[in-house]
Amino acid sequence: MADPAMPADAEPRSTRLAYRDRLVALLPDHPRMICLDTDTGLFTGVEFGPVAHRYVNLGIAEHNLMVMAAGLAASGFTPFVNTMATFAASRTAEAVKIDIAYNALPVRIVATHSGLSAGHLGPTHHALEDIALMRVLPNMTVTVPADAAATEAAIEQSVDLPGPLYLRLGRKPTPQLPPAAQPPRIGVAQVLRTGRDVLLVCCGPHPVLASLAAADVLAGDGTSVGVLNMHTIKPLDVSRLCAHAAGASLVVTVEEHWRSGGLGGAVAEALAEHAPTRTLRIGVADTFVTKVGDHDSLIAHHGITAEAIVARVRRALRRGVLCRGGAERRPRAAPPVRNGKGNPT
Amino acid sequence: MTLTMGSAVDRAATLALSRHADRIREHVVNMCANDEGGHLGGSMSAVEIFTALYFAVLDVDPLHPSAPDRDVLLLSKGHAAIGLYATLAERGFLDPDELAGFGTPASRLMAHPVRSVPGVELPTGSLGHGLALGAGFALAARLDGRRRADGRFRRGFVVLGDGELQEGSVWEAAMGAAALNLDNLIAVVDRNGMQITGDTERVCPLEPLAERWRAFGWAVRECSGHDLGALVELLGGAPWQPGRPSVLIAHTTKGAGVPFAAGLVQSHFVKLSRRQHTRAMAALSRSRSRRDPGDG
Repeated sequence: MADPAMPADAEPRSTRLAYRDRLVALLPDHPRMICLDTDTGLFTGVEFGPVAHRYVNLGIAEHNLMVMAAGLAASGFTPFVNTMATFAASRTAEAVKIDIAYNALPVRIVATHSGLSAGHLGPTHHALEDIALMRVLPNMTVTVPADAAATEAAIEQSVDLPGPLYLRLGRKPTPQLPPAAQPPRIGVAQVLRTGRDVLLVCCGPHPVLASLAAADVLAGDGTSVGVLNMHTIKPLDVSRLCAHAAGASLVVTVEEHWRSGGLGGAVAEALAEHAPTRTLRIGVADTFVTKVGDHDSLIAHHGITAEAIVARVRRALRRGVLCRGGAERRPRAAPPVRNGKGNPT
Repeated sequence: MTLTMGSAVDRAATLALSRHADRIREHVVNMCANDEGGHLGGSMSAVEIFTALYFAVLDVDPLHPSAPDRDVLLLSKGHAAIGLYATLAERGFLDPDELAGFGTPASRLMAHPVRSVPGVELPTGSLGHGLALGAGFALAARLDGRRRADGRFRRGFVVLGDGELQEGSVWEAAMGAAALNLDNLIAVVDRNGMQITGDTERVCPLEPLAERWRAFGWAVRECSGHDLGALVELLGGAPWQPGRPSVLIAHTTKGAGVPFAAGLVQSHFVKLSRRQHTRAMAALSRSRSRRDPGDG
């Protein structure tokens, strides 16, 4: 397995800048690719040279962006559309649903500033709902690269991908993952660690790094922890999920998203159906993030950290966890009840 | 309807077009007599618009509905699907017998256009999407860079409802298309003056409509939307100003051709009883005889 320690020369890189540079490099060799922008500023200063006609800035008009992209895709182009995740998912949800997903058109929705990466720009610019909104749409592929290299790989792989793609990116530089045994492939969960007792399923830069660090700490407890980088939420790699959850007494999902409907929702649905396993979902609580702060401080505040993962796992293991098949393995009395409705916390 | 321009389309050609329009109207009336009913009013108001486009303006081939250099039509007012289906059948894209199945489980013909129907470019029906779809096609045509023998790019036509213009996304697309100088984008507004709850000017006024489009950078013309000669001349001649998208405000009557429905808000969605169906078909027959006494 890969060494979780960061290579000394791995400077943090921004996933959105990695995307930009890779797209600009691909444009000359792919005459049906077109880049549609909405005044994001991401391409300011870029020299497109002979392919300048295939960069079109539509102004601050995200609905027009999505629908025009559909018209272009229906004419044989592969549009890369650029906006922030909150606008891509929520503002233009109906256009994405009807004009893009319904027609299974190969539009590449590049959504920057996802999760809490917009930091102190606040809830108007946070996107904690986008995975949920996108993964429910038929025909849509939803992927969350965990670092710049994975972003570049996703862009390369998108060239031949049928149907629409939602590419969830960040804003500022984020750490690069240690090199993995298998490079990321859209639709294939990346096995970062194998383990027997607990499986951490994560997506996105901070959740993946936090999961790897938490696995180290838990190993010190004698707990064997697997880590799956579930970078593609749709289609979910159910077979790898179930294979790695097999035998584990606990699955924990970690994501930079509201706890409802995102990676945790997708994993819980799949496990409930195919391999019932006690599942904890770590993500942003059911609240708007009105605390002022930068990206790192906000995700720390909301418990998307190695420490929080370790604490949740230790607590769950102390209390005992429900085992597959309905049998219970409880070293102690029934778990305490917090909400007064009989639901274990 | 007296807004007709000096028509360059000769009378014989117009008469031939009007016969197509007659049959399209009959198809629409028949489809509204099924078990589910249909959008009669907004389909009937657009019959001449469809007829002019499909029989005299659009460069399309029923045998090759996806030909790469074809002109495209987006029915942004997707609820007029039965008008479009009837026109596609009359034009040879569909077997006219298929229309009888409209709305039934065995049919592919639903009340808003579906892509599986030959000649339907993209599904519509949620209002406010068609203009940007058309802009996407128009931009694609320009990026493709293939010019026709007459030097123009393939064109994207969009038929909009007037009530639909209350959707903000229409104006987002209008602004964007003008900014891109998409003069191969041509919109037609079916200005029947009505929406579900009443007159557009009472619900949420659109006037001064031509001025609004002009202010957004479009070339604007107006005519009677039931005058086939004027429609063909204007739409066939678009774009009217180089570098500007074109919009034709076509003044129409909702439910046109069915006397007991024409001009009535209630014509929007109708399930015709057997008696109403008979009356409607008789009225269509009478108006055809009046115009065309030698046609039997």
